[in-house]
Amino acid sequence: MIKIIDLVKSFNGQRVLDGINLEVPRGQITVVIGKSGVGKSVLLKHLVGLLKPDSGQVLVDGQDITRFSGRQLQELRKRFAVLFQGGALFDSLNVFGNIAFPLREKTRLSEAEIRRRVFERLDQMHLTPDVALKYPAELSGGMKKRVALARAMIQEPEIILYDEPVTGLDPPMTNTVFHLISKTHQESGYTAMMVSHDIPDVFQVSDQVAMLHRGKIIAQGAPAEIQRHPDPVVQSFIRGEVDFLED
Amino acid sequence: MATFIHALGGRFLAVVQEAGAMMLFLLEGLALTFVPPYRPRRVLQELELIGVKSTLIILLTGAFTGMVLGLQGYYTLRKYGSESALGSAVALSLIREMGPVLTAIMVSARAGSAVTAEIGIMRITEQLDALDTMAVNPMQYVVMPKLIAGVIAVPLLTAIFDVVGILGGYLIGVVLLGVSSGAYFSGMVQSVVPLDINGGIVKSLVFGITIVLVACYKGYYTEHGAEGVSRATNQTVVLSAILILAWDYVLTSFFM
Repeated sequence: MIKIIDLVKSFNGQRVLDGINLEVPRGQITVVIGKSGVGKSVLLKHLVGLLKPDSGQVLVDGQDITRFSGRQLQELRKRFAVLFQGGALFDSLNVFGNIAFPLREKTRLSEAEIRRRVFERLDQMHLTPDVALKYPAELSGGMKKRVALARAMIQEPEIILYDEPVTGLDPPMTNTVFHLISKTHQESGYTAMMVSHDIPDVFQVSDQVAMLHRGKIIAQGAPAEIQRHPDPVVQSFIRGEVDFLED
Repeated sequence: MATFIHALGGRFLAVVQEAGAMMLFLLEGLALTFVPPYRPRRVLQELELIGVKSTLIILLTGAFTGMVLGLQGYYTLRKYGSESALGSAVALSLIREMGPVLTAIMVSARAGSAVTAEIGIMRITEQLDALDTMAVNPMQYVVMPKLIAGVIAVPLLTAIFDVVGILGGYLIGVVLLGVSSGAYFSGMVQSVVPLDINGGIVKSLVFGITIVLVACYKGYYTEHGAEGVSRATNQTVVLSAILILAWDYVLTSFFM
């Protein structure tokens, strides 16, 4: 469904992505792991055209989106939803306004139908109806993530991109968010790419794992294969050893 | 020496490049005004932020500016026995010059900095990226309504400033210092011509666009977290004030 070919991206002369090749199969959750600052989020942003690569291709259903015009990108983005690291909830809107936003902007649904769908998503995310009137500044980290997930899910997208969905959460909330991701994926069957460094929790939800290191994918396979991977860098990362990637 | 010239040239090119980028930013924002969805509700929200919430500060500064003009004008004109020209002096100073400039500087300090901080925070917390990924153009959703609001609000605030300033001058000149009320207003009616009023309106329109353009542009391209927002906010106030005064000179020479 999504194919990344020889993707290269540099910032201020520093090559962050150095020829990435990766396939994201339809209907599966592909997780890209790697240490903080290695370029995982940069990679993710190329998939929706938020960043343009220096060279290489990003194919979505065979079409190279790196050559898309602004209008084509807008059309493409209707198929995507992104869960940003900090949630990226709109400060000026309450929870209801945030979750309803994509429906109000991109559909002609009645307010009654929008209301029904928003409260259905809140319930799905184990959030009580009174949360709808709160503003993002009044929410805990876990609630923000779940509201952001509800907003991402409300339009029932074909593809969801998760940028560090559990960073900063305590272990019970991490499990809750992964459980919700897993559950929504089973119900909707969407394609997903997730970037994360939460090992080993992330293996629970992934169908395929790829490891990004020094701008390249150095290992790729099923979670069990990655856990047994012979590369010492991969093993060191999975075991959480100190300074294994010291540059 | 070569290094110095190289650095100077580089700096100059950077300034020209940024001016060009700002111009393109403005054109894109204005062009989106004519592309659906038109977002009248967002424009009203921004009118409240930029216009309504600046009213009190404009009332205060307008009143005190008019009072100072009344006081200074009275004692200067008295030396020549022309106290009756006080109304003309206050009105012309306010309508041609002080009203548009001081209103613009006050709006820039209050609303311009707030706009930069708001958009800057949206940038660093990925809210602008979130709009993009929802196929909502952030230029149209965030920037365009602010540009329209700036164009509408600043001339109206300038008019309020002028009226309140004239009343402030009246309070000092007529009520406290004894200038004839009839002389104050009749002198004003005779000396203020449509060109003065038109000049003031044109200035306030240009200043309105300038303030909101600088504020939106600086916020939109904020980098480096909270420190970047702080720097962008600071740059907005300084750059707006410089541009307002520079534009003022250009437009004054055009309308003289």
